Amino acid sequence: MRLLTHNLLACHARACTTTSNNFPLIFKDVQVELIQAEPNPDFIKGFLPKIEWNALVKTARSLGQDVLPEQSPDFSKPLNDEALLNSLHHILLEIHIMEGQMICPNCSHIYQIRSGIPNMLLAEHEINK
Amino acid sequence: MIPTPSLSHLTKEDYRKVYEPAEDTFALLDALEEDAERITSQKVNRAPDSSGKGKLCVEIGSGSGCVSAFVSQILGSSDAYYICTDINPEANRCTDLTGKENKVTLNAIRTSLLESLTGRLENKVDLLLFNPPYVPTEEEEERMAQAEQSIQGSWAGGNTGTRLVDTIIDQGLVETLLSPGGSFYLVAIKQNDPEAIVARLNQRGLDSKVVLARRAGREHLHIIRSIKPTGEDDHQ
Repeated sequence: MRLLTHNLLACHARACTTTSNNFPLIFKDVQVELIQAEPNPDFIKGFLPKIEWNALVKTARSLGQDVLPEQSPDFSKPLNDEALLNSLHHILLEIHIMEGQMICPNCSHIYQIRSGIPNMLLAEHEINK
Repeated sequence: MIPTPSLSHLTKEDYRKVYEPAEDTFALLDALEEDAERITSQKVNRAPDSSGKGKLCVEIGSGSGCVSAFVSQILGSSDAYYICTDINPEANRCTDLTGKENKVTLNAIRTSLLESLTGRLENKVDLLLFNPPYVPTEEEEERMAQAEQSIQGSWAGGNTGTRLVDTIIDQGLVETLLSPGGSFYLVAIKQNDPEAIVARLNQRGLDSKVVLARRAGREHLHIIRSIKPTGEDDHQ
């Protein structure tokens, strides 16, 4: 699972969907694999407005990646900072979480990641807790 | 002509657990190919220097991953991001493999429909795809099939064959999640009453119609397309 995917996932237990504290999910005991991807700055530029910046910065830091600025780039202007585009490419697309857990900051539910695939299913009693 | 993705890595054993692409899959591929230029030329959100790249494609119930792998040949494997959900872990695994076989990353997520994604995806999905379990079955059979999270769930559709489609539409997910100008493609058969589905999508402010209808054996397949208005002057 890449960090871009992680940036789109939130806890969906019913009590959590009414809070904003169900995102981002917090990584625990993760095994990371780096898989090179061909740089595509136009993809990053186009996709960036869909990214939740603060969550990305926080998550990247939890994995020891400190290069992203606190302040989100200004999306009303063209993004031409090559160093930042390179960092984003690496962080969003090349870091794969292969094994580990994601914990909801609100209800502490643990979502497992196995063979690079997150399991977001909740049992009926977990959805309603 | 866009080639059908390579699925030679999938075995008979895989197809005992995951739906094997069939006429319904190919009808969806044909409809997408027909619309390739429209899908590609759609602008991406508010990026000022929009190159049309950076689109988000989400497939519900991706099964083998054949459809998303096909779309990656239209939108470009690194020019868009592909999210593929399925409740069946074997489908997640096959989707992941099909991506690798076809040189695209298909980001598999094990979930039911769009659960865990809906909060973050409002107005962000440029292309939403769903080839649902459309075969009319007993309600109980449909519920059991989804609960088992296995291959039965890929076709058992409940009373009119539309239980999961109803869930997606009635929760307002299509118009909520699509980006302005984004489109939704849905497979249906005659027994699902495609015209009624189109009418319901139109009532939700989506520009919808049947873009392809085809007989395949006993099935009368329909591909429904909904487009979310951009709010600007639309020219198509």
